[in-house]
Amino acid sequence: MTFTALLHRIVGAPDYQAYLEHMRRCHPEAEPLLEMEFFQQRLNDRYNRVGARCC
Amino acid sequence: MRRLPSLLTWTVIALAGAVAFGRLALVRGESISAAWLLTAALCTYAVAYRFYSRFIASRVFALDDSRATPAHRLEDGRDFVPTNRWVAFGHHFAAIAGPGPLVGPTLAAQFGFLPGAIWIIVGVVLGGAVQDFVILCASMRRDGKSLGQMAADEIGPMAGNVALVAILGIMVILISVLGLVIVNALKASPWGVVTIGLTIPIALIMGVYLRYIRPGRVLEGSAIGVVLLIGALFAGRWVAEQPVLAATFTLSATTLAISVMVYGFVASVTPVWLLLAPRDYLSAFVKIGVVLELAVGIGLVLPPLRMPALTQFGNGTGPVFAGKLFPFAFITIACGAISGLHALIASGTTPKLLNIESNARLIGYGAMLMESFVAIMALIAACLLTPGVYFAINAPVSALGTTVESAAHAVASWGFTLSPGELTTLAHRVGEQTLLSRTGGAPSLAVGMAQLFSNILGGDTAMALWYHFAIMFEALFILTTLDAGTRVGRFLLQDLGKRFWEPFGRVSWYPSVILASALFVLMWGYFLYWGVQDPLGGVNSLWPLFGISNQLLAAVALCVGTTVIMNQGKLRYAVITAVPLIWLVIITMTAGLEKLLSPDPKLGFLAHAQSLKQAILTGIFPHGVTNASVASRLIWNDRLDAAVTMFFLGAVIVILLTSMNQWRHKLRRHGIRHTPVIPA
Repeated sequence: MTFTALLHRIVGAPDYQAYLEHMRRCHPEAEPLLEMEFFQQRLNDRYNRVGARCC
Repeated sequence: MRRLPSLLTWTVIALAGAVAFGRLALVRGESISAAWLLTAALCTYAVAYRFYSRFIASRVFALDDSRATPAHRLEDGRDFVPTNRWVAFGHHFAAIAGPGPLVGPTLAAQFGFLPGAIWIIVGVVLGGAVQDFVILCASMRRDGKSLGQMAADEIGPMAGNVALVAILGIMVILISVLGLVIVNALKASPWGVVTIGLTIPIALIMGVYLRYIRPGRVLEGSAIGVVLLIGALFAGRWVAEQPVLAATFTLSATTLAISVMVYGFVASVTPVWLLLAPRDYLSAFVKIGVVLELAVGIGLVLPPLRMPALTQFGNGTGPVFAGKLFPFAFITIACGAISGLHALIASGTTPKLLNIESNARLIGYGAMLMESFVAIMALIAACLLTPGVYFAINAPVSALGTTVESAAHAVASWGFTLSPGELTTLAHRVGEQTLLSRTGGAPSLAVGMAQLFSNILGGDTAMALWYHFAIMFEALFILTTLDAGTRVGRFLLQDLGKRFWEPFGRVSWYPSVILASALFVLMWGYFLYWGVQDPLGGVNSLWPLFGISNQLLAAVALCVGTTVIMNQGKLRYAVITAVPLIWLVIITMTAGLEKLLSPDPKLGFLAHAQSLKQAILTGIFPHGVTNASVASRLIWNDRLDAAVTMFFLGAVIVILLTSMNQWRHKLRRHGIRHTPVIPA
């Protein structure tokens, strides 16, 4: 994992490369989301639900 | 014989911790170096992590690396992602740590440094870290289920519903009290207002950058954000130096409170990529950076603690907030010792990241020790101020009066020294007009940090910059909690509301989005607005309510934890969660009942209402209450606070009784409900 990817993970930013890697490995038949779609989808997932927010 | 060196090392660590604790407890009269407090904390953490967390990992949960974690079994490249343990640790820590562990210890310093220090250190190793670890393990074994779901599954649907409503109540109180902290930090401070105000356009710039210019390059975007933040710091200073501009940006507490509400509403209905997400990234980086910096600063300077080990305010006469040492020291410091909100994170994103089961120990138990260490550092920063300065900043106007002379007089009556000139000079040195009664904890922490850092870098000339730097990052944490929290609250409301009216629950239907956001902002905004008007200082009533509600959620989490351990058939190990649970029930019940029933108007909500009623009859109003209609409104608020307290206490009782009912059944027959073992 690159240093950038590492920092991205820590702050909870979406990691498109890791997603592509996962799709190649586990779902080679499926068409992965485009980068922009992926970011949008991750953000909606993270904030559009009763998630946790801490003190 | 291989074990001998290890045995010796751990004996030395344990002895060093014990000696440091002894030194802290026995010091009288003279000031003591912060090194003793750091030693006591770090040695205790080390011993607890090495022995106690290992005991829980191996005996109670039998963590097994050959057993596949949800991150592997359900891997989807999105939520469920096997993650390096240090990365997951960083992520978990950034998610649990916020302004809570900075504010609580600062306020509790009014009892002296010792009660806070003992509770933070002992509370975390036996309570807070255990709670986080147990909930993380439980959720990991249940495919990453949330606390609410686990409460419903393990204890019963009633417990699940209570947990849901309690979370809503906690979010309301949390956001209002954090809003109050920010208002008190920014009122009459043009520098602060400009710097913090600029963080909003900075987030917008980052948002646009991350969406249109360089999509997804979060690191670049955040680097730009950090550079702009430093620019904002200097812009604030420039504005504060221009008389006309400074006057424009000198805002009253009421104006600030309303601005904060408008901001919360706008942030909740704006697309997340534009404001929320970039702020969140920036805040996470700043958070980790500041914690490291604080550790380095304290480690290098090892400042003396000027606050006595114990002050006379243990008897309940303290000016910062009302109430005796027991139970209010344990309510005031929630985050840092034990925080129920962490259970939401430990049963949210984190369990879906664990690569192997044994990582839960570092991430669940270890990250909470780190947060506790942050609380210890905040305590040190508060106690390195002279008691005179500490009380002049943290006590409300009703205790100090409105001039530095009256404040010096009040401080002298408490047995501490403060010359009127000292406070004025200090205010000028940190670039503020006044430091008197800047309650809420943020300004006094910032003064402490400015003293600490200006020792290392920049000397006296840099003190104002360090002060506003500290205010800026505290405000950044708080606004991030406030905007994302408002969004969470909106979803909670929509989730509850759709049971009564289905369209209200549609998360992307604009009318219901606007309605739910407005409703939730009004809920916390009400408490914030009246907290600002409160003549006793809103912190006095809101912070204990927040402490009680957070400890209530911790009680829910520990009930779930105890039930989970029992469901595994390990009845006797249920003690590890049952003991902190009993302690929490004792302190929340005592504190709640005192807030309700105490005859002291400063402490009891109902007694305060009664005293205001008396004031209306006699026509003699206490300081800060201008007329009978304000007094009537305050009476209504006291009753509302009392009702909220009763709700929290009722929730504790319901959860406890339903859990105990479960435990009775468990004691008769054992049942195991977790996911069956699947090899990795």
